[in-house]
Amino acid sequence: MNLGRVRGLILRYFYLYRGSLPRLLEQLYWPVVDILVWGFVTIYLRQFEGELPNFLAYFLGGLILWDVLFRSQVGVSVAYLEEVWSRNLLNLFVSPLRPAEFIAASMGIAIMRVAFTTVVTLLIAYLFYGFSAFVMGVWLWVFMGSLVLMGWSMGIFIAGLVMRFGQGAESLAWGLIFLIQPVAAVFYPVSVLPGFLQPVSHAIPAAHVFEGMRQVLDGAGVPTTHLMAAYALNAVYLVAALAFFYRTLAEAKREGRLLRVGE
Amino acid sequence: MDALTPATPAVRVRGLSKRFGATLAVDDLSFEIRRGEIYGLLGANGAGKTTTISMLLDLVTPTAGEVEVLGLRYPKGREAILSRVNFSSTYVSLPLRLTVWENLRVFAALYGVKDPKACIHELVERFEIGHAMKKKVGDLSSGQKTRVYLAKALLNDPAILFLDEPTASLDPDMADKTRQVLLSVQRERGATVLITSHNMAEMEALCDRILFIDKGRKLMEGSPRQILDRYGRATLEEVFIHVARGGEALA
Ligand SMILES: Nc1ncnc2c1ncn2[C@@H]1O[C@H](COP(=O)(O)OP(=O)(O)O)[C@@H](O)[C@H]1O
Ligand SMILES: [Mg+2]
Repeated sequence: MNLGRVRGLILRYFYLYRGSLPRLLEQLYWPVVDILVWGFVTIYLRQFEGELPNFLAYFLGGLILWDVLFRSQVGVSVAYLEEVWSRNLLNLFVSPLRPAEFIAASMGIAIMRVAFTTVVTLLIAYLFYGFSAFVMGVWLWVFMGSLVLMGWSMGIFIAGLVMRFGQGAESLAWGLIFLIQPVAAVFYPVSVLPGFLQPVSHAIPAAHVFEGMRQVLDGAGVPTTHLMAAYALNAVYLVAALAFFYRTLAEAKREGRLLRVGE
Repeated sequence: MDALTPATPAVRVRGLSKRFGATLAVDDLSFEIRRGEIYGLLGANGAGKTTTISMLLDLVTPTAGEVEVLGLRYPKGREAILSRVNFSSTYVSLPLRLTVWENLRVFAALYGVKDPKACIHELVERFEIGHAMKKKVGDLSSGQKTRVYLAKALLNDPAILFLDEPTASLDPDMADKTRQVLLSVQRERGATVLITSHNMAEMEALCDRILFIDKGRKLMEGSPRQILDRYGRATLEEVFIHVARGGEALA
């Protein structure tokens, strides 16, 4: 791993985003809209019940953390897509840059995107609804770490799909993750799902994170089991995603796909 | 760290083939490129030029055969090779939203250039694009863009420069300037150049030796003069037409 090259590639995104206001705003648009809409919906619903004290916290915590997962995944996928769009992929592949360095840079970019958006969503949740995600204490960071990892795996997997199937697959970068949302237990516990879906949930790191989040918000102790499950699953998926990416790259070199990018 | 002596050829290719499904894009090619020469890969559209150059850069994995660049092989020597060669093609671009400076700065980092600032300034002066350093590449004329791409290709002071149809989209004046730059790069830096083209006049003027390929196969190799003599034609263009129309090759 040559850090100079990783930094060089991160610099490329820094330049890109610095020079592109639409790209920066796109980062904030949906998270902010989501938080505002669902925050007010929650406040409204709260008038009708008195039993669920953490309703607002569940929802806002879920939204903020879901967005961490989403930004991390999009960050990695779009790092690859940007090279496809700008017909720059060949320039990178004929440079000494290693695939691992490319992936490392994408991960770094994803973290920056997550940080940028999350600072804003945390702030809005606090200013509008008086909800501070920091009530989760150190666990907030542990949850975020797990979601960033899961986002990396999905992002790498989707980049591999785009390499394999071409730009027709690029909408997956924004869509695939919503296929997982219903079973990710973001806004409701796994227990409300029908029995046959629960095992699917248990295989998703994010579901364990959100279960853990509710446990922490309820003051019901440290979600050790959920956290261990989340990180163990993340390790498995990350290795699988990397293996898929490398295999797809080798196949792309055999089939001459790298030459046809952007055509 | 490598097997490079002055006698090591820049490129050595033996029995190289590439099959894409039913298409045999490159068919049992063997050739050597000497250090410091300008070597031309000449052939009609679809002859296999891009596929060949891509196998020399590890963008395409050969179906069969051996490739040695600067005495090293892929995949083991990939990083060592790629840090000492460079590539440009009409068919690649640089990020258009980045400025000239930003683009060159990024690639200087990717190639581990020691003093990027000085290196970039020298190159942009040489290509007369110094005044456009702060412009986005997307806002440049096509001639200026080509010069930026060439500057990128020279950032690491490459021992071998691979160029796939570098002048295909240029007007005659820009194409001529580009050729002058290539010649001076070869002379001053002793770089080896592998250039593909279907522009006969250009190949005649530029190349020390030419490999003439058709349907992935070697037709003949030699200096432009030798090729003309063998076919008894006045220009490479005539040789090309002769071969393209099914005239027999004198290998
Ligand atoms: N990725 C690919 N998949 C399938 N066929 C390909 C691919 N790349 C090139 N070919 C075929 O291989 C042959 C040689 O192509 P190419 O090397 O691009 O020729 P040239 O650069 O000389 O025009 C052509 O018949 C082309 O259609
Ligand atoms: Mg070609």
